[in-house]
Amino acid sequence: MSDWSMIDTWIVLTGMVIAMSCALVGNFLVIRRMSLMGDAISHAVLPGLAVAFLLSGDRHPLPMFAGAVAAGLLTAFLTEWIRTNGRMEADAAMGVIFTTLFAIGLLLIVRAADSVDLDPGCVLYGAIELSPLDTVPVGPWEWPRAFAIGLVVLAINVVVIGLFYKELVLSSFDPEAAAALGFKPRRIYYLLMALVAVTAVASFESVGSILVIAMLIVPGVCGTLLARRLPGVLAASAVVAMLSAIGGHVMAIGIPPIFGFVDTSTSGSMAVAAGILFVGVFLVAPENGVLARWAHQRSLRDRIRCEDVLGALYRWHEEHGEKGPVVRWPELAARIGLGPTQARRIRRLLRRNGLIGYVADDAVHLTGEGKRQAAIVIRDHRLWEVYLHHQVQLPADHVHATSEALEHLTSDGMRRRLERDATGASVDPHGKVIP
Amino acid sequence: MMVEFPWDDLRRLTGLADYNTRVVLLGSLLLGLVSGAVGSFMVLRKRAMISDVVSHAALPGIVAAFMVLTVLGGDGKSWLALLTGALISGLLGMAAVHAITTHARVKQDAALGVVLSVFFGAGVVLLGFTQRMKSGSSAGLESFIYGKTASMLASDAWLLAGSALAATVICLAFFKEFRLVCFDAEFARAQGWPVRRVDALLTGLVVVVTVIGLQAVGLILMIALLITPAVTARFWTDRLGSMVIIASGLGALACVTGAALSALYPRVPAGSVIVLSCSTLFLIGLLFGRRRGLVPEAWRRIRLAARTERHHVLRAVYEQWEQRGVQGFHAHAGTGSVLVSAGDLAAVRRWSEARLQRVLREAAADGDVELDAWPLVRLTSRGMSHARQLVRNHRLWEWYLIQHAEVDPHHVDRDADEIEHVLGAAMVRELEATLPGRLSGAELPSSPHPLTDTEEAGWRKGPA
Repeated sequence: MSDWSMIDTWIVLTGMVIAMSCALVGNFLVIRRMSLMGDAISHAVLPGLAVAFLLSGDRHPLPMFAGAVAAGLLTAFLTEWIRTNGRMEADAAMGVIFTTLFAIGLLLIVRAADSVDLDPGCVLYGAIELSPLDTVPVGPWEWPRAFAIGLVVLAINVVVIGLFYKELVLSSFDPEAAAALGFKPRRIYYLLMALVAVTAVASFESVGSILVIAMLIVPGVCGTLLARRLPGVLAASAVVAMLSAIGGHVMAIGIPPIFGFVDTSTSGSMAVAAGILFVGVFLVAPENGVLARWAHQRSLRDRIRCEDVLGALYRWHEEHGEKGPVVRWPELAARIGLGPTQARRIRRLLRRNGLIGYVADDAVHLTGEGKRQAAIVIRDHRLWEVYLHHQVQLPADHVHATSEALEHLTSDGMRRRLERDATGASVDPHGKVIP
Repeated sequence: MMVEFPWDDLRRLTGLADYNTRVVLLGSLLLGLVSGAVGSFMVLRKRAMISDVVSHAALPGIVAAFMVLTVLGGDGKSWLALLTGALISGLLGMAAVHAITTHARVKQDAALGVVLSVFFGAGVVLLGFTQRMKSGSSAGLESFIYGKTASMLASDAWLLAGSALAATVICLAFFKEFRLVCFDAEFARAQGWPVRRVDALLTGLVVVVTVIGLQAVGLILMIALLITPAVTARFWTDRLGSMVIIASGLGALACVTGAALSALYPRVPAGSVIVLSCSTLFLIGLLFGRRRGLVPEAWRRIRLAARTERHHVLRAVYEQWEQRGVQGFHAHAGTGSVLVSAGDLAAVRRWSEARLQRVLREAAADGDVELDAWPLVRLTSRGMSHARQLVRNHRLWEWYLIQHAEVDPHHVDRDADEIEHVLGAAMVRELEATLPGRLSGAELPSSPHPLTDTEEAGWRKGPA
């Protein structure tokens, strides 16, 4: 880590532009539930590369690029064709097509290994570590070629997605509506596939297909977990892509020395970094993350228990009068079914909110505010009992359990409806007064 | 690219003289059999891509097992250890997919994609370590990515045979459960079947088969061995039992062909040839498959169109005869046959003469008409009853449409024209029952509309 150089900076910058352009188009694959199409296309471009190489005889970039993009589009087209004509599932069709194309490509490359300087390994892992050595002049600067290409592809993706944003969004979320409105969902589909193919091919040589697949899918999935609306999703995915590139390279040169190695594959590490970021997002994302869901469920559970305590105290005071015998907290908690840890947390919550008061010997009583809130809970409970008895016509001895569940979920609007339905009733079916 | 055909090698191969060749071919055969069977269930359960994820997710396990072995002083090439590593990380990958889809709002395909790419990336990172390790050669590990059947040893083949046998036994033992879950998981759940456990078992089988196939086919192409024979079998049959058998056969054929070709020619990667053999069989199935193949389907369509055309001609003959009365025609009382002029027939639907002749010749071959008095067409007694039946079906449907669908009598001809060819016997009985009082026995109802060349009947002739 101490010997970070300009080369490392270029590697990270190259990784970043490539990762961002992949992430941008990848979002639409994820939304369309076609994530694995990215995998398929990035494998299936191999025969395109091989054929273009065999025809043109050298590694001139333009024919290779054209051949690979053609192969990518062919994958999308053939998958669609055999899906409809062979009447099979889309992913089965995709599996048949991309493996066939990849097998052809592999066979061509291995057969022509003497004359071809195309290493199948390179297609998988890429050689981002070497990319800063191959530079092109851009204006006054010398930029690595891979970085320049990545920047061009990123620009293409931004422009095309900007131009067709409305069409892409509509046809991704609701193809039928898009067709009905006169957009051409099939054309948009092939446009997207072309973008995926262009991005995959341009990124191949430098980062290999692993990083392409990882960056097409992982940032998009993180984006959908982090944001609700599409612009937010796109922005979040771009950030995740950038962080993966930085983190990946840092890991690739930072971690191996601990075990006595020099370094390891940067593009592999970038994929792993994306995976680590995904796990983080998966855990802490607001709303959709595991922790957020868990916290939400816990707060709901706590609220219900607090309300149960308030209700129980209210009923006690109602039965025995204000000056009746005191209630001891452990007995109360046990009656509601709280374990010792839960009981402590609920008691703390109630006291912090000023709902219960505490005197010596664990005796608890409702405060003024506590009485007011408890009255609301009991009112909801008894209103529900009236409703269930009179409108749903449940027998009076069957309404308590249902009301016990519903009392915690009563919104203001529902309460007003219940009050209207219960006009005139001042007692519940058991004869208790509705507060 | 053309290589002289290696006759000597072929003799050696077909004679199975070489022990190693025998091992490789037997291993490939078993691999093909079991992946066809397991793949059928996987494809029907709509989980086609999980094999791809398993095979990619296996890489870190393979490399980690290699590293552990090397560090412990082994040679790092114990296939059993490497495959155990692959099995563990493949199962971990599936568990990760399950965890992601159940605990967060992430779709199945996205979860598969995430696991595939991240696990594979981790594998490449570990591979980066091994390539820079001082001891041990990691050269063999790459064969897991692209496949190398020839490197199979006798011990590998036995391992393969054992796993394949176990997987086959499980497939047979749980055939009923798999079938139920594949075709109607909701129903199975409602009936109290442990759908989740059956799914887990199926996923486990896919992991096992994928892992044992990795070495032969390579992890990128392994998915083809599970998917392609299964979807190919679908072109030939509609029954699950025969689908599993056909898929196994196709898988075995492709694997043996691929392994043999790869052994015969230098520098032919086995995985590619096996997959391309699968693809060739797929193409054959797509074109010629008895159930869903494109050619048989096109042939069925052509046959239906020809039959429809013949029906139209026969009905035209009958209606001409009926409409103008026996007097206008050459009725042969003795033979019960009827003669109609070809010119009149052609006018009914503006058939070209060549087309009419072609259809009539086909009808003559079946004995419905005789053309000995050309340009008069003689309806034989067989043709007469056939035509009468068609006209009856047509009119039954017309009356049905008029009475029950309240279609205008002038418009029913066209609708009935399409349906008369496909009315089965049960349907005809039902139609007879809905038209009470009009029919007794084989009585022919009258046409609800004029049969002459009216404006409404003009559609039959098509655009002028």
